[in-house]
Amino acid sequence: MTLGVEVGAPGRERAVTERLRGLWETPPTLLAWLTTVDHKKLGVRYIVTAFVFFLLGGLEALILRLQLARADLHLLTPEAFNQLFTMHGTTMMFLVVQPMLSGFSFYLTPLLIGARELAFPRLNAFSYFAFLFAGCFLTASFLGWHAPDGGWFAYTPLTSARFAPGINLDYYTLGLVFLGISTTAGSINSIVTILKLRAPGMSLDRMPLFMWSSLTMSLSVVFAMPPLTAALVFLELERRWHFVFYEPRLGGDPLLWQHLFWFFGHPWVYILFLPATGMLSMIIPTFSRRPMVGHTFVALATVATGLVGFGVWVHHMFATGLPQLSISFFSAASMTVAIPSAVQIFAWLGTMWHGRVVLRLPMLFALAFILQFTIGGISGVMTAAIPFDWQVTDTYFVVAHLHYVLAGSSMFAVFAAIYYWYPKMTGRLLDRRLGLWSFWTMVVGFNLGFFPMHLVGLAGMPRRVYTYPAGLGWTADNLLETIGAWLFGLGVLLTVANVLRSRRHGAEAGADPWRANTLEWATHSPPEDWNFTHIPVVASRDPLWDGGVAPGPALTDGRQTLRTSTLDADVEAPIVLPEQNLWTLVISFAVLGVFVGLLLGAWWVAVAAGLLTLGSLARWFWPHPAHVEETEV
Amino acid sequence: MRRLALLALPLVLPLVAACHGPMSTLGTASAPADRVARLGWFMIWLSVAIFALVCVLLVLAVRHHRARDPLAVDLAPRSKGWVVWGGAVMPGAVLGAIFVVALVGLGRFPAPPDDRDLVVHVTGHRWWWEIRYEGGAGGADGAGGAGGGPVVTANELHVPVGRTVRLLLTTDDVIHSFWVPRLQGKMDLNPGHVNDLRLSAERPGRYMGRCAEYCGLQHAHMAFAVVAEPPAAFQRWLAAERGGAREPADSLARAGRTLVTAGVCASCHTIRGTPARGTIGPDLTHLMSRQTLAAGTIPNTPGYLEAWVTDAQAFKPGALMPSLPHFDGAELRAITRYLEGLR
Amino acid sequence: MTAVPLDALPRAPDARRATRDVGWWGMALLCATEASLFASLIGSYFYLALVPANAHWPPAGIADPALGLPLLMTALLLASSGAFWWGERGIARGDARRLRLGLALAALLGIGFLLLQLHEYGDKLRHFGPTTHAYGALFYTITGFHGAHVAFGVLMLLYTGLRALRGHFTAARHQGVTTVGLYWHFVDGVWLVIVTSLYVSPHFY
Ligand code: HEA
Ligand code: HEA
Ligand code: CUA
Ligand SMILES: [Cu+2]
Repeated sequence: MTLGVEVGAPGRERAVTERLRGLWETPPTLLAWLTTVDHKKLGVRYIVTAFVFFLLGGLEALILRLQLARADLHLLTPEAFNQLFTMHGTTMMFLVVQPMLSGFSFYLTPLLIGARELAFPRLNAFSYFAFLFAGCFLTASFLGWHAPDGGWFAYTPLTSARFAPGINLDYYTLGLVFLGISTTAGSINSIVTILKLRAPGMSLDRMPLFMWSSLTMSLSVVFAMPPLTAALVFLELERRWHFVFYEPRLGGDPLLWQHLFWFFGHPWVYILFLPATGMLSMIIPTFSRRPMVGHTFVALATVATGLVGFGVWVHHMFATGLPQLSISFFSAASMTVAIPSAVQIFAWLGTMWHGRVVLRLPMLFALAFILQFTIGGISGVMTAAIPFDWQVTDTYFVVAHLHYVLAGSSMFAVFAAIYYWYPKMTGRLLDRRLGLWSFWTMVVGFNLGFFPMHLVGLAGMPRRVYTYPAGLGWTADNLLETIGAWLFGLGVLLTVANVLRSRRHGAEAGADPWRANTLEWATHSPPEDWNFTHIPVVASRDPLWDGGVAPGPALTDGRQTLRTSTLDADVEAPIVLPEQNLWTLVISFAVLGVFVGLLLGAWWVAVAAGLLTLGSLARWFWPHPAHVEETEV
Repeated sequence: MRRLALLALPLVLPLVAACHGPMSTLGTASAPADRVARLGWFMIWLSVAIFALVCVLLVLAVRHHRARDPLAVDLAPRSKGWVVWGGAVMPGAVLGAIFVVALVGLGRFPAPPDDRDLVVHVTGHRWWWEIRYEGGAGGADGAGGAGGGPVVTANELHVPVGRTVRLLLTTDDVIHSFWVPRLQGKMDLNPGHVNDLRLSAERPGRYMGRCAEYCGLQHAHMAFAVVAEPPAAFQRWLAAERGGAREPADSLARAGRTLVTAGVCASCHTIRGTPARGTIGPDLTHLMSRQTLAAGTIPNTPGYLEAWVTDAQAFKPGALMPSLPHFDGAELRAITRYLEGLR
Repeated sequence: MTAVPLDALPRAPDARRATRDVGWWGMALLCATEASLFASLIGSYFYLALVPANAHWPPAGIADPALGLPLLMTALLLASSGAFWWGERGIARGDARRLRLGLALAALLGIGFLLLQLHEYGDKLRHFGPTTHAYGALFYTITGFHGAHVAFGVLMLLYTGLRALRGHFTAARHQGVTTVGLYWHFVDGVWLVIVTSLYVSPHFY
């Protein structure tokens, strides 16, 4: 059954569809295309933009891998190397994984919960532009090689005005504050959507697991982003105006930066990780042909990981000389956090065990995720053991850990998601043969490239060195790593080719190519602009498998969707969502202007752009005359 | 399976290096580092076991029932045994074990304060290590001798074998991290803080160390060495270091001394007993007692020494030591001659 | 198959909560993230106050902050919240005039707060600035951030006032007012925390 398709008398249904089309379609003009608020278009835009940043960040890594291929190479100057690894880390951590996962979340959330839009469509357009602009802002630092060079966590005083007098670190601080606005706005949007716009009947316990992970991720952002913002504001105030926060001679303390950064940073790595597990929890049941084993436990484990993630930040600071009692506490907390991860791993294994596995491409990527995440997770637990961390911290062992969990897990989940949802987004399947080539190249390349990092780390190779001498037992590993890295890059490009080719030549997918269980498969591929002609009424967790869904009201009085209660998803009221307007774009440019003004020290630009921001905010929120009259409730 | 075979290949060979290299965290030479290496092995074997378990379960689950009708769905509820045993009980036990073992190990750090410890102040600079032995260094056994002057050196930390040395770590500029993999894990050098670290070596030898915290352009070239010597040799070394700089032996060296102590060099370096009092670069009083130049960047040989003076930036771009190309051949020979005499 | 009509679907029972529109939820989350921001700022303040190197906090040469002015400022903000509440109650009964009055009063009191803060800065800056010592940097940054929030809140109050003049609000629909109120009361609450930690607490150690 397809909820996008007609129910009831054909004539009346056609009239309904036409009316919805009039209400929801993006007009075919360039400006309309630019300022669209359609969560599907914006979601895809998010994904594509983040992917471009992925290629860019990947390219940076491939270049620095060349420099490290042999001992004592001189392909890059130390300046260039430091900028490359800093921007590689910063790009991947801030511009790739989170926006990519959010992109999927913005695309899928309304479809998964049976709504027509996100709660704040215009905010979504704004957060996209803010992300794009902040990303370009950060990347623009490469012009003239002024890119940030303090490492992705930018420890002060190395990043203070005294030791980093250039503009490099200003790109970093301002760019990340800018990006934070986008991320926070997007997260608030997700939370409200997931809590308030679920289809009638979709109580929290019937909600798909990807929604649980999106919800946890977004809530974590809401609370984790501000410490970073505070730290960055402090740093910028100290750099520009000599405020004192980190300078010990005047009462500051450089460790304050580390506490603030990692209080943000650890929740952040789970933000980059949890939605990936949520995706796996969608894909594995589909290709095991049975509902998720331990669904409730997995939902709880997701939330628990997010929560405990706020209490482990000091494991990044074991070697700073903090008292042993306090670091022991954080060591214990860090190990505890492995338990919810284990719950997830074993729930997936159990689902496969009790089901019947179909090895399609998304499933292959999911299986690689499970194995690679096991390795990456365990190396995390090893570093959580304090005396061992004193040996391996700041070595390639940690680099191995972070790539196994990020590249080998989060990014593999993203690839699984691309293969899984591409048919929904485009109506066409990705090519299987090319996909298999890509998959195996990526798996082999990844493990060849990153497994030796554990060994070279144990052999004492520190991270962030632009060169190293021969004779320490590091050279063979490094060569393998470089070869593996390039292989991995090649595998990534094969999927890019697949995505581009299948756009035209892929096999027709139909509404539900995988015979899956959740609501997004109950509508056309790609879905109509209004997602569901009839808001679905949900009665189970796997509605498309056990028939737990029925077509509900069509809601054609304006761009409507249903607002429902937070826990049980009982109807509260139909609400009208705003249509697109120019102000989202204007305001994005205005905010960009503020940050460019601050960067260049052109205060009047910053002030003028700030006033423009306020003005366009006022216009944005001024209700459309037609809506003022409408009654609520 | 194919994948596992591939994994094994790069694994075996370099693993050997990981256990034996001069920077190996597993080929240790002190009691605390041995303990950590044992903890490491314990966790490595546990990890291998857990990974193998997950692999086996995964392969079995995939093979278990290969779908006959690929699209049929099984809706029957199943027990949560997997989640409970695999997700909670097993990891709970394993993690508990790791935590206890690690905590016991941790409890033995640092050794209880011992006032007979040899105290050494280590100060990080971009990008070298200042090493200063406290007071009448040598400790309570009096071996330091009377009227000890300051003992200041750089990038080579001499310690007597079998004795615990107390290091007080701080920095002059950005954060660095002190690390001698075969002897001792890392400890950061933070501005405005003094960190306390114990170091001991069981066997004589030269142990490599490195700065482990990213500290800017030349973080890659901020190495040092710990030289562990029998107590008698250590005392001889200490006594030699305590003295001022040797007088130049010949006229060439004397000319060199003038160039060094009255010229640019003196603005950054100290040579005790001469007007050179700079503090930006390492103390050169006993330069020739050290085996490397520029914090492990190049060997300390006359050829390298000369090359370093003229073109430091070629070896260590960004170092605070400028290249000094304006010395002509004769001046350079004089300078090197003088420096070679600083034993 | 026929579609289930809207009326046949189960309705949420709690009438009051069911009237909160998505804008209210959005504002609640904005306040949550702002709360985390202020927690980070104040957390940093206490972190630096407690590091062993800072034996005196405020440092020698800077007196403990006087309490008179901040208490007056607190009174203004509390009164402003009260005025807002009074206006909102008015519109809930359909009294648009009372809403306008309440908003105007709330905005005026907010402006009064800002003027007092400027006065306080002028006074304090003669003794210490944000570059003298970490104490000063935190003091001005935290109160400055809060001041900026008050200023933004005042703009929102005026904006809402303008909407009220245009007759956008009725007894049945005044979500916009409630949402702005959430923010305003929140900013008020934050001030109470700031007064306690920045002004009162130094008198106790
Ligand atoms: C996706 C991101 C992600 C994830 C999910 C994790 C997960 C974990 N991380 Fe990791 N971490 C990073 C990203 C991530 N990390 C990054 C980017 C850094 C480096 C930052 C930098 O310095 O640049 C870092 C660094 C880092 C450190 C600091 C190292 C150092 O600098 O010295 C530590 C220390 O404790 C740590 C611990 C952990 C732990 C305990 C987990 C746990 O959550 C893992 C739990 C999972 C499992 C354990 C596997 C599955 C479980 C089983 C199969 C059951 C059986 C297992 C056992 C019984 C052990 N991480
Ligand atoms: C999501 C996170 C993520 C991902 C996916 C990656 C992916 C990769 N990373 Fe990295 N990495 C980090 C996060 C990530 N990394 C972080 C946080 C750090 C720490 C930084 C710091 O210390 O501050 C780090 C550090 C880091 C280092 C250590 C640097 C150092 O300490 O000196 C290395 C070294 O090998 C490395 C390598 C790689 C490689 C080879 C890949 C490969 O996966 C890349 C694969 C390649 C591609 C995807 C590119 C393919 C494209 C092309 C070939 C052509 C492109 C064409 C155009 C753009 C037109 N990374
Ligand atoms: Cu000093 Cu790295
Ligand atoms: Cu962490």
